[in-house]
Amino acid sequence: MVYLTRKIEFSASHLYHNPALSAEENRRVFGKCNNPHGHGHNYVLEVTVAGEPDPATGMVLDLKELKEILQREVSDRMDHRFLNYEVPELAGQIPTCENIASVIWRLLEPKIPRGHLHQVRLYETPDLFVDCYGEANGARADARVAR
Amino acid sequence: MKLHLWRRYRFSASHRLHSAQLGEEENRRVYGKCNNPFGHGHNYVVEAAFSGPVDEATGMIANPSELDAFVDREVIEPFDHKYLNEEVAEFQENVPTAENICIEIFHRLRHFPRARLERVRVEETGLNSFEYAGESPGETHER
Repeated sequence: MVYLTRKIEFSASHLYHNPALSAEENRRVFGKCNNPHGHGHNYVLEVTVAGEPDPATGMVLDLKELKEILQREVSDRMDHRFLNYEVPELAGQIPTCENIASVIWRLLEPKIPRGHLHQVRLYETPDLFVDCYGEANGARADARVAR
Repeated sequence: MKLHLWRRYRFSASHRLHSAQLGEEENRRVYGKCNNPFGHGHNYVVEAAFSGPVDEATGMIANPSELDAFVDREVIEPFDHKYLNEEVAEFQENVPTAENICIEIFHRLRHFPRARLERVRVEETGLNSFEYAGESPGETHER
């Protein structure tokens, strides 16, 4: 098994606000992130695909193909967008690093044509980031350990 | 969805690598420059990964401000700008190698009440790093 990782960057704004909580509670829980005007980050996304290299090409997955998938599924949706209002997949969710990484996993997982999506790592800043392993992948990893 | 929330912290501290179980000459041979009796220092980077359900009300595994307060109290305050050998009780007996620092930080952070500690990664310099995920699957559950 080989793990191939491709990195992209996108910039987007967001804000944290839960309409079920009072204004005061929102400020207490989310602090500066509750600013109603929003704020932004330079997100860094590292996508890891696991698989066996194709004997004919020596590749797990053509990086150009992966680059196009990331452009279409992630950059076109999220780059220079206000995540709360412009990304339907995040509607009704607070666009935390956890939730964005989960959305990116769900967008990418069915689109990977060779190998399988192993990990999505999303940096909101260099000091805060999330690794997502999906659900099926966790089962696969467990199955591997069980053998 | 299986998620790990990572947070990155920094502290600067001095240490000396010297084992009471070894003779003077052996210490010099094993630890080289790191055995200098006056000690020396590093800018350490600590990364810690936590898992747990994403709270639907907040969209978070753990609130970074709560986590930061906990890590500050447990690790950054006691370690930052300190001489680890003398000022952190655990390193009066254990040699404060980056390995032992990584394990000690893991033991301190696994008591975080809001999420489960998965892994600690320590960079002693930009050129070397260490990771520890506990000895047994149950270790991180202890709170």
